[in-house]
Amino acid sequence: MLSIKNLHASIGDKEILKGINLEVNAGEIHAIMGPNGAGKSTLSAIIAGNENYKVTEGEIFLDGEDISELAPEERAHKGVFLSFQYPVEIPGVSVTNFMRTAINETRKANKLEEMPANEMLKVIREKSELLEIDRKFLSRSLNEGFSGGEKKRNEIFQMAMLEPKLAILDETDSGLDIDALRIVANGVNKLKSDKNAIIVITHYQRLLDYIVPDFVHVLYNGKIVKSGGKELAYELEEKGYDWIKAEN
Amino acid sequence: MELKEKLLSSFMAFEEQIDVHSELHDVRTSAIKNFENKGFPTKKEESWKYTSLNAILKNDFTVFPKNENSIEFKDVKKYFIHEIDTYKIVFIDGVFSSFLSSTTHEGIDVCLMSLALYKPKYKMVIDNYFNKIASKDESLTSLNTAFANEGAYINVPKSTVVRKPIEIMYFSTGNEAALMVQPRNLIIVGENSHVQIIERHQSLNETRANGELSEANPVLTNSVTEIFAQKRAIVDYYKIQNDGLEANLIDNTYVSQKQESNVSVNTFSFGGNLTRNNLNFYHFGERIVSNLNGITIIGEKQHVDHYTLVQHSTPNCESHQDYKGIYSDRSTGVFNGKIFVEKVAQKTNAFQKSNNILLSDKATINAKPQLEIFADDVKCSHGCTVGQLDETAMFYMQSRGIPKKEAKALLMYAFSNALIESIKIPELKQRITKIIAMKLGVKMGFDL
Repeated sequence: MLSIKNLHASIGDKEILKGINLEVNAGEIHAIMGPNGAGKSTLSAIIAGNENYKVTEGEIFLDGEDISELAPEERAHKGVFLSFQYPVEIPGVSVTNFMRTAINETRKANKLEEMPANEMLKVIREKSELLEIDRKFLSRSLNEGFSGGEKKRNEIFQMAMLEPKLAILDETDSGLDIDALRIVANGVNKLKSDKNAIIVITHYQRLLDYIVPDFVHVLYNGKIVKSGGKELAYELEEKGYDWIKAEN
Repeated sequence: MELKEKLLSSFMAFEEQIDVHSELHDVRTSAIKNFENKGFPTKKEESWKYTSLNAILKNDFTVFPKNENSIEFKDVKKYFIHEIDTYKIVFIDGVFSSFLSSTTHEGIDVCLMSLALYKPKYKMVIDNYFNKIASKDESLTSLNTAFANEGAYINVPKSTVVRKPIEIMYFSTGNEAALMVQPRNLIIVGENSHVQIIERHQSLNETRANGELSEANPVLTNSVTEIFAQKRAIVDYYKIQNDGLEANLIDNTYVSQKQESNVSVNTFSFGGNLTRNNLNFYHFGERIVSNLNGITIIGEKQHVDHYTLVQHSTPNCESHQDYKGIYSDRSTGVFNGKIFVEKVAQKTNAFQKSNNILLSDKATINAKPQLEIFADDVKCSHGCTVGQLDETAMFYMQSRGIPKKEAKALLMYAFSNALIESIKIPELKQRITKIIAMKLGVKMGFDL
């Protein structure tokens, strides 16, 4: 589904990604771990199309199509979703209205009719229950005054609404207490199918107890330096990132 | 002939044409003298530093409006809050349209200024209020006073809640040759009374919508509004300035507030070639609240200048100024906010904010707070920001499938949202939101 080939990227003069290769197939969960500054968030931002970064070399394919030149919204329309580490507050636009706009724009791009209002409400109800989100919450301004946990839960709620092909969860566990973590992970697991794929970006192994990856990659200094199964996450937890740093 | 000379010579003809009582004649005569001495303001004056009338004054304006232009209600329905019943005072190119209006004398007076000025029945009110708070020094106000004849007259007696909003509508067709109009509004709101008023300046030739150059003739409106809020009166005043590119508006508004009154003036500046808002608040009593809000969204070569004054002359009062502007293309904005706190005005709370977004490198904003504080126990603050749209927020929305243009619009909507939320008439709020969406060139993906 996602195929990244020799991806180099920089911000300003600084090269951050130095040749990333990654293959993600439908039905798989990949975890990308690594120390601070390794380029994890950069990688997720670039897959989603953040224009602040410049891709200097390499390609990103989604289902065989090179998406590296597409605008963020065009990638979203093709099924790419990025859950933000720091979701943005948008005062004056309610969660519901924001979702309605996002869904209908995506449908429009895919030449579908707008979703009828009653169906929209039904889906919203279903998905909010999945994430144990209070209905009142949905009429509040997007992320405004939300706690860290609420923001993250709201990100996964949006993921549930948009049903992406490829979801990238950037440090979704940061700022979550254990209960919220369980709810979020549970939601993600329920959304998982053999038709979609998930990339989990995280610092710690903790989240991977709940969202169990098929593959774990270690990103260090702009490159994937190690790949393995879920046991790699435990090894990292045990030995720490110094182990990776020493080897590279 | 220069416009000034033309106006001065027209004054004689104007005075002869209508039969006025001597008090009014005196007021007009001294006003025209002041204008004659001072003339039109120029950029040499500190208060007009950023706004030049030169180019506009070169037009050969007709200073007396001609006959009523016939317009059918269905053609202008969308400019009214037509979902609900309202009082209406409608002018087309400066001439009252009785056909489109819906005035009243039942319980309250919502009618024509000319009626109040010349009918003996209203003489006492006119003697007590007309030109009593408007400046006798400012030349454009004087010019208006000299020619004051037509506009809206609203008198709400004490302890009256006016159930229906009052719409004062100034349409310009641009059909006639270059036209100068000088509306004069007088609004008196009695003790414990409450009224909601919408004043809209609207060109009917919406050439801008399709981006074509305007074919319409230039218009210059020099308007003066006096608002008197008696004890504990509540006045919600909304100004919608949505003219075409050929229209110029100078709006001089003077608000006089008595003890415990609460007056809000919300100015939505979305159009026109040049717009200058002189908004002045004067306090005569304690525990007064004054709110001055503004949203400005302009582009092309449009120019909007907000020049505000809050004169705190009494203790324990508060004023809040909140102006937001979004400027694109080569548009220019000015915010000059003056707060004057006199020595006796202890315990004053006076706040001022001006937040601006520039969407183009060629757009300009000049913001200038002017605080003169002579009392020592006050809370005053001012703040100004100029920025671009938050890129992270843009990326966030785009990553959810919302295209750039819509994302931009949503962000700008969010930016002005706090002020939109303060609109107390739901139908008006919806209308303003729609105008904003139109200005931003998007259909909001939802009803707001």
